[in-house]
Amino acid sequence: MLDIFDILGPIMVGPSSSHTAGAVRIGNMARTLLGERVVSAKILLHGSFAQTGQGHGTDKALVAGLLGMKPDDLRIPDSYSVALEEGMSFVFVNGDLKDAHPNTALLEVEGEHGAKLSMQASSTGGGRIRVDKINGVDVGFTGAYNTLVIHSTDISGKLAEVTRLLSQGKVNIANMSLHRSRRGGAVLMVIETDHPVALVVRNLISELPGVQGVTYYVKEAE
Amino acid sequence: MLDSMHEILKTAEQQGVPFWEIVLRGDMEERQVTREASLDKMRLTWRAMLDADSAYQPELRSVSGLVGGDGGRMKTYAETKGSLCGDFLSQVIAVALRTGESNACMRRIVAAPTAGSCGVLPAVLIPCWKAGTYTEEDILHAMYTAAGIGAVISVRASISGAAGGCQAEIGSASAMAAGALVALCGGDGRQIGHAVAMALKNLMGLICDPLGGLVEVPCVKRNVVGAVNAVSCADMALAGIESRIPADEVIDCMGDVGRRLPVEFRETALGGLAVTPFGLQVKEMMKNTAHGE
Repeated sequence: MLDIFDILGPIMVGPSSSHTAGAVRIGNMARTLLGERVVSAKILLHGSFAQTGQGHGTDKALVAGLLGMKPDDLRIPDSYSVALEEGMSFVFVNGDLKDAHPNTALLEVEGEHGAKLSMQASSTGGGRIRVDKINGVDVGFTGAYNTLVIHSTDISGKLAEVTRLLSQGKVNIANMSLHRSRRGGAVLMVIETDHPVALVVRNLISELPGVQGVTYYVKEAE
Repeated sequence: MLDSMHEILKTAEQQGVPFWEIVLRGDMEERQVTREASLDKMRLTWRAMLDADSAYQPELRSVSGLVGGDGGRMKTYAETKGSLCGDFLSQVIAVALRTGESNACMRRIVAAPTAGSCGVLPAVLIPCWKAGTYTEEDILHAMYTAAGIGAVISVRASISGAAGGCQAEIGSASAMAAGALVALCGGDGRQIGHAVAMALKNLMGLICDPLGGLVEVPCVKRNVVGAVNAVSCADMALAGIESRIPADEVIDCMGDVGRRLPVEFRETALGGLAVTPFGLQVKEMMKNTAHGE
C-alpha cells in the first residue's frame, strides 16, 4: 500500500518526520488511548530518540502530542509553556528498552479523572508510528485506520459480541487482533476499521459485560 | 502500479494520457477517493509549500544555532548585486535555503519526500509559479508527476537517509523535481524518465552525515544542490539529451548503493562531515543540552 501523500507530505512542523512528526503522533495516541486530559506524564526515550531527540525537538513534540496537538501545529516548539498553562506536568528519562525500534518512547500517563496508561510506541519513518505495547501487553497498530482499543476480561464469546455490534453499526473491520497477558486475565482487543465508529456503537460495546474500557482513535483527516 | 517508471510511461502512452494522470488515477484507486478529492488534497499540499516559503523569517535560528538567515542573505545578494547564475537560479537557491531553514527552525513545511529534503521541490516550482507562466492546475499536475516518481523510488529503492544515505533523500527529491519541471515545461513522458535518471545519477553515492545527527548541516545547503541539479537535468532532457541508462535501472542501482553504504554514512552521525573536528564539537555541545533548553 502506498499513499502518494506519504511522498508529498505530511504537512508538518520540522525538522524530522521520524523524530518530530512521528513523536507528536505518539503523544497524541497516548492521550487518545488514555481517554481523558493528561495531567502527568513520565516519558522514557530509547535509542535515537534519546541520542538526538533534543536537537530534533522530539521532547517538545511528544509533549505537544500529549496536549492533543497534530504534527502541523505551530505551537509544537512552545509545547512546554502550553503544558504549564494547561497544568500538565511531565518528566523525561533516557533508558534502554529491550528489542525496541531505535526511535521508541515509553509513556506512562495519568489523566484528570485518575485514569492510567502505559504505552510504548515507535516512530517507524516518514512520520508513521506503531504502538508496540499497551500496559505491558504486546500490540502492534499504526493509527492509519480508525482504531478501537477495548479492555476486557478474558470471557469466551466476547469477540463475537463486539463484532456483531460493529456489523450492526455498518462498520467494516480492516484488521483485528486480540492480546492477553495470561489465560483468564486482562484482554486487549484492537480493531481497525474502514468506517468511523459512531459514539452509540462504542457505548453499546462499553456496556457489554466484562468490558472495562473502550478508547477510540480517529485517523487523521484526509 | 506505481513501482516502475517504465510501467507508468507505457500505461500513459497506451492510454494517450500524461504521466501525472496515471499517478492521479493511482491515488483515486489507492485511497478510494474522487478525482476532485485527490486534486483538493494536492492543492492543499501545494499551498502549504507556498505558505512555508512566505512565512520564512530570516531572524530565526535552529536549535543548535548553526542554521538560519541564509535564505535572506541569498535574496539580498541576488537583488542588490546580481548573481553569477542569473535571476531564476538565484530564486531557486533562495527558496531551497528558506524552506530548509524553516524546517530546521521548527516551522511548518511539507516533507517532499522527507523533511530533510523539503526544500528541493518548492525551490523549482515556486519560481516558475511566481513567473506567472503557469496556472495552479499546471503546478498540481507537476506535483503529481513528482509524487509518482517519488513513489517509484520508495518502492524500488528508498527515500530514507537512515536506509540509503543522502542520495535517497536529496537524490530522490532532485529526481522528483527534475521530472516535475519537465512535465511543467511541456516535456513528454520519455523526457521525464531521462530527467529522473540523470538527476539521480548525478547524486549517486551521496552519504548522510549530519552534524550531531541534526537535520541542519549539511542538509539545508544540500537542498540547494538537489534543486540546481534538477533544473540542469530538466533543461538537458528538454534539449533532447538522453540518459544512456534507463530510469528504473538507475533507481535500482541507487537502492543497491544505499544498502552497501556503511552504517556510518546513514544518518548515524558516526562518519563523514559529522566526525570532522567541528562536527564532533557540535555533537558534544548537543549532548550537554538538557531537555527543553
